[in-house]
Amino acid sequence: MEDETRRMDATTPTDAPDTGPTDGASTEPAGGSSPTEMNAAPLPERPPLGEPLLQVRGLKKHFPIVGGLLKRQIATVYAVDGVDFDVRAGEIFSLVGESGCGKTTLGRSVLRLIEPTAGTITFSGRDITQISQDELRPLRRKMQIIFQDPFGSLNPRMPVSDIIGEGLLAQGMKDRKTRDKKVEDSLEIVGLRREYTRRYPHEFSGGQRQRIGIARALALGPDIVVCDEPVSALDVSIQSQVLNLLLDLRRDLNLTYIFISHNLSVVQYFSDRVAVMYLGRIAELGTVEQLYRDPRHPYTVALLSAIPNADPRRRKKRLVLKGDVPSPAAPPSGCRFHTRCWLREKLGNPERCSTEEPALRDFGAGHQTACHFAEEISEQTIGSVVATQSVVETAVADPA
Amino acid sequence: MTETITAPTPLGAPPPKNVLLDVRNLKTYFHVLDGVVPAVDGVSFSLQRGQTIGIVGESGSGKSVTALTVMRLIDIPPAEIADGEIWFDGKEILSIPIDEMRKLRGNDIAMIFQEPLTSLNPVFTIGDQIAEQVERHKKVSKRAAWDRAIESLQLVGIPSPERRVKQYPHEMSGGMRQRVMIAMALSCEPKLLIADEPTTALDVTIQAQILELLKTIQDRTDSALMLITHDLGVVAEMVDHVCVMYAGQVVEQGKVDEVLIDPKAPYTMGLLESIPSVEKRGGRLSAIKGTVPNPFNMPPACRFQPRCPYAWDLCSEKAPDLYPAGNSGQLARCHLHTPAGAPRLAAAMVDHDRKLNVGEGID
Repeated sequence: MEDETRRMDATTPTDAPDTGPTDGASTEPAGGSSPTEMNAAPLPERPPLGEPLLQVRGLKKHFPIVGGLLKRQIATVYAVDGVDFDVRAGEIFSLVGESGCGKTTLGRSVLRLIEPTAGTITFSGRDITQISQDELRPLRRKMQIIFQDPFGSLNPRMPVSDIIGEGLLAQGMKDRKTRDKKVEDSLEIVGLRREYTRRYPHEFSGGQRQRIGIARALALGPDIVVCDEPVSALDVSIQSQVLNLLLDLRRDLNLTYIFISHNLSVVQYFSDRVAVMYLGRIAELGTVEQLYRDPRHPYTVALLSAIPNADPRRRKKRLVLKGDVPSPAAPPSGCRFHTRCWLREKLGNPERCSTEEPALRDFGAGHQTACHFAEEISEQTIGSVVATQSVVETAVADPA
Repeated sequence: MTETITAPTPLGAPPPKNVLLDVRNLKTYFHVLDGVVPAVDGVSFSLQRGQTIGIVGESGSGKSVTALTVMRLIDIPPAEIADGEIWFDGKEILSIPIDEMRKLRGNDIAMIFQEPLTSLNPVFTIGDQIAEQVERHKKVSKRAAWDRAIESLQLVGIPSPERRVKQYPHEMSGGMRQRVMIAMALSCEPKLLIADEPTTALDVTIQAQILELLKTIQDRTDSALMLITHDLGVVAEMVDHVCVMYAGQVVEQGKVDEVLIDPKAPYTMGLLESIPSVEKRGGRLSAIKGTVPNPFNMPPACRFQPRCPYAWDLCSEKAPDLYPAGNSGQLARCHLHTPAGAPRLAAAMVDHDRKLNVGEGID
């Protein structure tokens, strides 16, 4: 393994590396969990590739809004409000949606970094919703997270060795030498130099910091990594370096990712399956091919239409949604999207949309959508709506 | 469509009448403790009346400083305008007294900032804030200024403007605030609208609304638009001409269709190659190696040379100028487009085409 990892050193002292680890280097997870190194605890076996690794059922997270003199609860934010999905071992499962749709809350709830209000989360066949924090701690090794902001997520007063080593220490790896070795190994895996352990976060560029965040997550040898907008804060040229690294690591370490993003082009390139979220619920779920070729929810159609394309030859007229996302503290009745829905308007505002909440239903081969009128979506309907929309009056959903 | 990028006028003489903004060899340097940062280092471009230009670049490329220098909103010191001229509407505006500049600002040149929340004053209603500048610039009564505020809110599609005009910024959503910023910028009917990352802080569906709105309004009012962004997609949809900036310099400029379909500078090529797309699924993304240069320690000749896949000896010896590339007035700062680079050009273009279409890393 020593030789294998050496081969991957691709950096110069000042530059970020061109690419991640070189092809074909088969590596062990950075933090092997042999009992002598970390607290020996029976960890569940990772299911074979393609089998469900994480199962989420009826997950809800409601935040109270307190106010008034007595600090009583005056309202509730329904950040995540009844979500079901499976993440299969080895896949990249993406959560997309606009700010406030609950994607980050969902990502953190499945790791129990936020305690869910209701629902169950099963990880490697074990229900982790009810177990105590003490029981959960050894499992944390298998479930890690990478954060969005490479500046805010690294403690500026800690050297890299402590930033990455903290998790190892918490997992019972008391011996400093073993720990430092592990830290250096994981730095190498993300394409940074072993010598960087003594440096502080301010000495690194944004892309390098994001690599440190990735090294921290990988040091423990996780099965699943929640990547919360890992490239949103990076420039385009650096973004592709980090995406390549994440793809290489998945291949070499058999990782599973939950990838949270608002960037639909990145999601299309990067993921296997996608769940589109709107106001705390999944609007549509399917493989990238299903969702991008044949979207079956009017919200997905609008999101896809809104992506600006850098190729002027593909310039097209956009389908522009009206108004803003409603507050998750007061989600609309019935279908949550009905206040902005172009399809509902086109169909003459059927009553069902505002009275009955649509459940996710199957469109074949695992493609699910939560729209009563998904069958009505076609190139023709979309085209006719685009042709007649008025751009200036798009702000009209006015909660007078 | 008329041409925005015209032949440079000799320094000192005003540009032709149809040119609204002419920036010539602009150099804005910042003097800081560690030395001098050449944030904008010899930037030239021009913009005709009613036309749109996009300034694209990554963080630190100098695109925002260029815009702020045009507005003369740069603090001197620590900044220094080391060289250059900016001609606006037939007048050189770097040399006019600041009082005169204040009359232009908000009136003839208006700017929309990235973060609408911090650019609006939280303690005044939006009506007060819009009316204030109308009153100041147009010398009209309070009443008339207030009516104008309502009118401009209506223009940007804000519902029930009579009620909204009395609200404070915190009572509005991000998209609505950005509409207010646009309304404010438009209230004095400027000849030039500068939009600095107007949609970066917004969600994608709201971004679509604001971009469509900017386009419609620009058509309607016939003001010129200078759009600053890091997003090549936004540029492709919004502007006629584009300047690509890297490390304080323009590395490529031309018509947007030509620059984005047939880029001539290796940096622009690399940017376009690294955009994730459906065709690249399963393969690696092409990445520009390394990071942007340290501004205190710029590469001696071509600033992109350490990251450039096509660089050769000449690139670290002689700084390239902007050379004509292609047949339609496109300019690229790269030795590939000189006689010395001609033998390498075809191979570079083939390599670019390959990377653009299939995902593949640079070794």
